Amino acid sequence: MNNILLEVSNLRTSFYSHLGEIQAVRGASFQLEKGKVLGIVGESGSGKSVSALSVMGLIQEPGKVKEGSVINFLGRDLTSLSNKAMSKIRGNDISMIFQDPMTSLNPVYSIENQMVEVIQRHQTITKKAAKERAVEMLKLVGIPQPEKRIKNYPHQFSGGMRQRVMIATALSCNPQLLIADEPTTALDVTIQAQILELMKDLKTRISTSIIIITHDLGVIAEICDNIVVMYGGTIMETGTEQDIFYNPQNPYTVGLHQSIPKMNVDEKARLVPIKGSPPDLLHPPIGCPFAGRCPHAMQICLEEQPPTFSISENHTSACWLLHEDAPKVGDYITAEVVSE
Amino acid sequence: MSDKQTSNNQTVQNQKADINLMDKKTLIEVKDLKKYFLQKGKLFSRQKSYLKAVDDVSFSIKRGETFGLVGESGCGKSTTGRTILRLYQATGGEINFDGTDLAKLSEKQMKPYRKRIQMIFQDPYASLNSRMTVNEIIGEGITTHELYTGKVKQERIHDLLQHVGLKKDHANRYPHEFSGGQRQRIGIARALAVEPELIICDEPISALDVSIQAQVVNMLEDIQDEFDLTYLFIAHDLSMVKHISDRIGVMYLGKLVEVCGSRELYKNPIHPYTRALLSSIPIPDPNLTRKNKRIILKGDVPSPIDPPVGCRFASRCPIMTARCKQEDPQLREMAPGHVVSCHNV
Repeated sequence: MNNILLEVSNLRTSFYSHLGEIQAVRGASFQLEKGKVLGIVGESGSGKSVSALSVMGLIQEPGKVKEGSVINFLGRDLTSLSNKAMSKIRGNDISMIFQDPMTSLNPVYSIENQMVEVIQRHQTITKKAAKERAVEMLKLVGIPQPEKRIKNYPHQFSGGMRQRVMIATALSCNPQLLIADEPTTALDVTIQAQILELMKDLKTRISTSIIIITHDLGVIAEICDNIVVMYGGTIMETGTEQDIFYNPQNPYTVGLHQSIPKMNVDEKARLVPIKGSPPDLLHPPIGCPFAGRCPHAMQICLEEQPPTFSISENHTSACWLLHEDAPKVGDYITAEVVSE
Repeated sequence: MSDKQTSNNQTVQNQKADINLMDKKTLIEVKDLKKYFLQKGKLFSRQKSYLKAVDDVSFSIKRGETFGLVGESGCGKSTTGRTILRLYQATGGEINFDGTDLAKLSEKQMKPYRKRIQMIFQDPYASLNSRMTVNEIIGEGITTHELYTGKVKQERIHDLLQHVGLKKDHANRYPHEFSGGQRQRIGIARALAVEPELIICDEPISALDVSIQAQVVNMLEDIQDEFDLTYLFIAHDLSMVKHISDRIGVMYLGKLVEVCGSRELYKNPIHPYTRALLSSIPIPDPNLTRKNKRIILKGDVPSPIDPPVGCRFASRCPIMTARCKQEDPQLREMAPGHVVSCHNV
């Protein structure tokens, strides 16, 4: 158990709007091992970003972490820390990069200014040493002529370069954990490939553990060791990359696989979409959040939230079909595209 | 053996499908289309600079065909779509739609063609007027083009709503009451309302969630069969474009670099940019991803304002030679129906 860097258990985060309580995360539990890359995959509104923000302690009014704990590697519960204590951890032990690299950099300060500020905030070193560190980090993420470019302002960088700067800044204090929230979504495919390649390279060169949040199963397949599938604020399935891609045990995961076109399939197969639309988290369903769209839904799925069933050591799935009394749907779980 | 036979059968079928397409007539032919945007120059400067968004783009689409246009942001794919519909005035070139050059028509002469060519937009939130009911949104085109009135018009709207998977009683609601996927369905119903022949789909699914994307794509395929529609499908998501298109054109910095059948493009990409683009797509299959060798392009797309002389891809190209920096490559036919613009392939 010493290998666990972060353990999130029964996390519940809600936002209190004038319409009522929006239950964005409804009991999420997952853990991250040291040196591993965890991918959280889900559609918009599945609670994946809110889970990460809760870990960072960045949930602001009108939102609130209602319940649950986030235990870090030192055995401390991050949800119970004061704001001041938390801001020591942010950037130092845990740092985060966001989807849009333009809005997360300040346009009126040079890159040097912004990077040195972060480093000096968390480490007691001179300005000169901090600058050296910043240049070193920029070199690490593959920015050409870092000594020169560090004087530039964000608008002088392209989208991919800005994301590199963000990664360099986030890693400058040697954090234990890097949370990347849709780090490549705003980028073009060829630039996305560059950034993914960089992250894969960094994974082997530095000891930082990574959580990647994305909606793109392709990005997950590229880089993650373990995967958490989220839907409607709850965790549907967790497992290794092999489990989730080749032996999915939750109808939602299967549906997700079937609804994306396969590049390597030659003939024109028809896509199998998931019918309906995601649940309204203002009035979340009592039972399984996916029940309304699930082709195998039973009466119990509508009435009670499924418990988490363990399939193998690292593979769990929250689905009533895995209950021993449930009818066997046979090979309902296949990631094959059904052609018509 | 049986595997081989089925694959043989498949190729025969594919060839048949290709021949079927060959028999069909060309609906639209775009020839040397140019769209330059004048840039604001420096104060007191006499030099004018142009953003060459679309520069000498030529392709044609046959009736009933889906032509996919792919490329990264800023490559001019959306501008091409909008220029065809005369949302932008073309700087040069021809847009031959069913024998008429749309680029030369006056706004008034253009009106009947606006009925025949419709568009579906990327953002289902911004493309519907939030103060109009669904009924008004879909009915507006019908009234403008004087197609139906009164009861017939109302029946037509209800019919359209059912076609795109919505209900009759949705007609009196406002756009904010719908989810993103449903709004895109309304946008599609609006396009269908005037009984068009060509629909320009400008990234119709990229704002939607994965599970909803498949719903909309399947629906687009269904209505294409039902109403005998021709699509110009613009997107940056190559796997979706491959799925829906018969032929694909790849754009880079305002130029068309490769055009061919969608199967051919994925099996046998020729242009170095297409190859890099294809290898960059993350495949949702970890075991396959590990096997694939990826071509990582260096650097970024250069600015389309006063682009470099010669091949526009030269600055990032892995097989660049001296000639590429001087001479602009023209589209050459490498195989039947497969054109590529590159000096070195």
